[in-house]
Amino acid sequence: MATYAAPVPQIVAHRAEREQKGFMSWLTTTDHKRIGIMYLVLTFVFFILGGTEALMIRLQLGAPDNTLVSPQTYNQLFTMHGTTMVFLFVVPVWAGFANYFLPLMIGARDMAFPRLNALSFWLLAAGGLVFYASIFWNPPEAGWTSYTPLSNAFFSPGGGQDAWIYLVHLTGLSSIVGAINFYVTVANMRAKGMSWGRLPLFIWAILTYSVLIIVAMPVIAAAVTMLLTDRHFGTHFFDPTAGGSSLLWQNLFWFFGHPEVYIMVLPAFGMVSEILPVFARKPIFGYKAIAISTTAIGFLGFLVWVHHMFSTPIPEAVIIFAALSSFCIAVPTGVKIFNWLGTLWQGAIEFKVPLMYCAGFIVLFLIGGISGVFLAVFPVDWQLNETYFVVAHIHFVLVGGAVMPVFGAIYYWFPKITGRMLGETLGKWSFWLMFVGVLATFLIQHVIGLEGMPRRVYEYENVHNLALYNLISTIGAFILAAGVGVTIVNVMRSLKKGAVAGPDPWKANTLEWFTPSPPPQNNFDVVPVVRSVEPMKDIRREIELGSGAVVPAGATVPAGATQVGL
Amino acid sequence: MSHLAPTLLAFFTPRSGGSPNANEIDSLYKIVLYLAIVIFVGVVGVLCYALYKFRARRGRVAQQIHGNTRLELGWTAGAVGILVIIAIAMFLKLGAIVNPPDSGATGITLGADGESGRLYASATRHLPPNGKSLEITVVGRQFIWQYIYPGGAGDGLGAPYSFEEMVVPTETTVTLNVVSDDVVHSWWIPELGGKLQAVPGYHNYGWFKISKPGVYKGQCANICGRGHARMIATVRALPPAQFEEWLATQKRELSESEAAAASERAKLDAQRGTAQVENP
Repeated sequence: MATYAAPVPQIVAHRAEREQKGFMSWLTTTDHKRIGIMYLVLTFVFFILGGTEALMIRLQLGAPDNTLVSPQTYNQLFTMHGTTMVFLFVVPVWAGFANYFLPLMIGARDMAFPRLNALSFWLLAAGGLVFYASIFWNPPEAGWTSYTPLSNAFFSPGGGQDAWIYLVHLTGLSSIVGAINFYVTVANMRAKGMSWGRLPLFIWAILTYSVLIIVAMPVIAAAVTMLLTDRHFGTHFFDPTAGGSSLLWQNLFWFFGHPEVYIMVLPAFGMVSEILPVFARKPIFGYKAIAISTTAIGFLGFLVWVHHMFSTPIPEAVIIFAALSSFCIAVPTGVKIFNWLGTLWQGAIEFKVPLMYCAGFIVLFLIGGISGVFLAVFPVDWQLNETYFVVAHIHFVLVGGAVMPVFGAIYYWFPKITGRMLGETLGKWSFWLMFVGVLATFLIQHVIGLEGMPRRVYEYENVHNLALYNLISTIGAFILAAGVGVTIVNVMRSLKKGAVAGPDPWKANTLEWFTPSPPPQNNFDVVPVVRSVEPMKDIRREIELGSGAVVPAGATVPAGATQVGL
Repeated sequence: MSHLAPTLLAFFTPRSGGSPNANEIDSLYKIVLYLAIVIFVGVVGVLCYALYKFRARRGRVAQQIHGNTRLELGWTAGAVGILVIIAIAMFLKLGAIVNPPDSGATGITLGADGESGRLYASATRHLPPNGKSLEITVVGRQFIWQYIYPGGAGDGLGAPYSFEEMVVPTETTVTLNVVSDDVVHSWWIPELGGKLQAVPGYHNYGWFKISKPGVYKGQCANICGRGHARMIATVRALPPAQFEEWLATQKRELSESEAAAASERAKLDAQRGTAQVENP
């Protein structure tokens, strides 16, 4: 009779792998945190480029009948500005944050497909490179919407338009690959106990963002492919003189273009839903309502694209449908705002910089949301579309609704990424300059549009006080830029000189704060079991109760005690 | 002080005053504006109050509330209610915005001889109740607007036309048929109502009716290339008698120059001996 020895518990010692260093290690990395950092740095470079283009636009419009730049250059500037901010900044910056923090927040050790993850970053870099290379030849000049026939080979013979097409292809592919990766990771690699109802709200937003990308991006990919073959291979998809339809472009573009807006702002909403409870020191108000409204906005976002086409020759029934579905979208959006107010209500609000950006976001996004209701009322839209009123609307939504939370996220997560705090004083300066800058730049643009100034004009006559209003807007843009500059200085200083953050400087709620700052390559030596939507708060409470069940890695260990390997 | 309120209101509202549709859009806009002000002030007020009242300070403990289903259902219903009000206002105003009225008694005589006014029946266009309007075709073209007035032969050739400045009679319903010759443009005179995109291959229809003689200015509103900012449009409204006079002059001058050009062509052809050659 064979005898079996009882298994002996044993500790297997691995040689600690040396941390990879040097240029090549970054080029070849598949670590989600390094890829996330590269995403954030690259998208910020594009943010600065797009911002510089915006300042040149505002300089040209600072005075009536200005001749600072030529009409051609002006058209190139607004085309580059819009394309850069949408395709190379706001969409991928969320992919950057999600890359770094999604695995950490769900208690995973990396993304599901680390090499696909690297691919999505390098596709983005390639798209940006192809697009910006065009400035040495013929930058595109048909606007970021590239309506045909203006963007066809006859009216835009330059290669810049093709560079734009490849940019859309490459960044689109990058986004799709990334989105699949996010979805698969969340679906399969959540910590034990993290059911769908305990998913952080930022992760809900990234899930919805991923679904929107997977559905919308192939449509724009098809559209730009048709444009490419129209331009070079003799097809006539959009050519009305040969049986094609130029309205088809508008339909395809906006079928992608409107969900794209939510691709840009939903992660921002998720970010705000993470930050507010931490600094109000109380749970998010109505977790379910916020998660449901996120998915509802994502779904409704596919039904409203015609509201970008109210003044085109389309049947009234279609227009009315688009107007009413746009109204519907205002409901879940309003619900979110009310829930955020509910989160602050009865809290103990700490005025740290991330909280300030989120509070500023609520005001600015509210303005953008309300002006959106004006534009959904289609007879009113007939007066306001294609004017500076719309320019004001999209900037309140994108700068107020997405860029402010991006900055909130920077201040909130910088300590986790670098292990150091950003300066509070500089942060507050940056916030106030940006907040005032956005209001000064874009509030007056509503009036500019109401007075009849269309968008995308390189010059205007000084009627109805347009010179004064435009000057105010230009000054505002420089205030906004100064605010951005202060944060850049803050980041540069704090990388070396910032106060050491420790694992959990904000006393936050989610799992990324369980691991040291910056996190080790494997993220977690042990992944705690999740029992609520606020696992870190549970862990802190247990420690405070002295149960000593789980000690966060890197937390101070009482003198005399030995660190127990978990 | 009494002048300040209307000035301030004009600052926050779209341009109007040229045509009934623009005025109706303006009043619909104001309904939305008043609701918007209430909502904005309410939300920002609550936000500021919460930020001040519930700021962290000694002894302040945050209430650990997770939600309140009744309250949440309440504000969802509130948001729906506001949007229903806006939708009702929109549908109430819609008729007056899209349906052109009949011309006034002092407008030009329409539809007697095909000289002015054409009858149309189409699902996508609106005509005055009596079916009579002055139909002007607006052609968008890089970077100038062309206007073709009624009065050509059956095939529309020989109709009087003008560039950049459209001349119309007052008290007369003008219907527009907006088309494009090249890229997408957008016809817009703020005081005369909303935009009409000129999309190649499509017809877009609209209308206006001016009561005061005067000049109304606008410009192309959709990016159409490097000359977009200079694609100006004006509408000059004249009393009907002067309009008829202008139209007659325009026709006479056009036919005179056509005739002059024809005789020049004949002369050149005779010189080159090609007069007998048929058109290929």
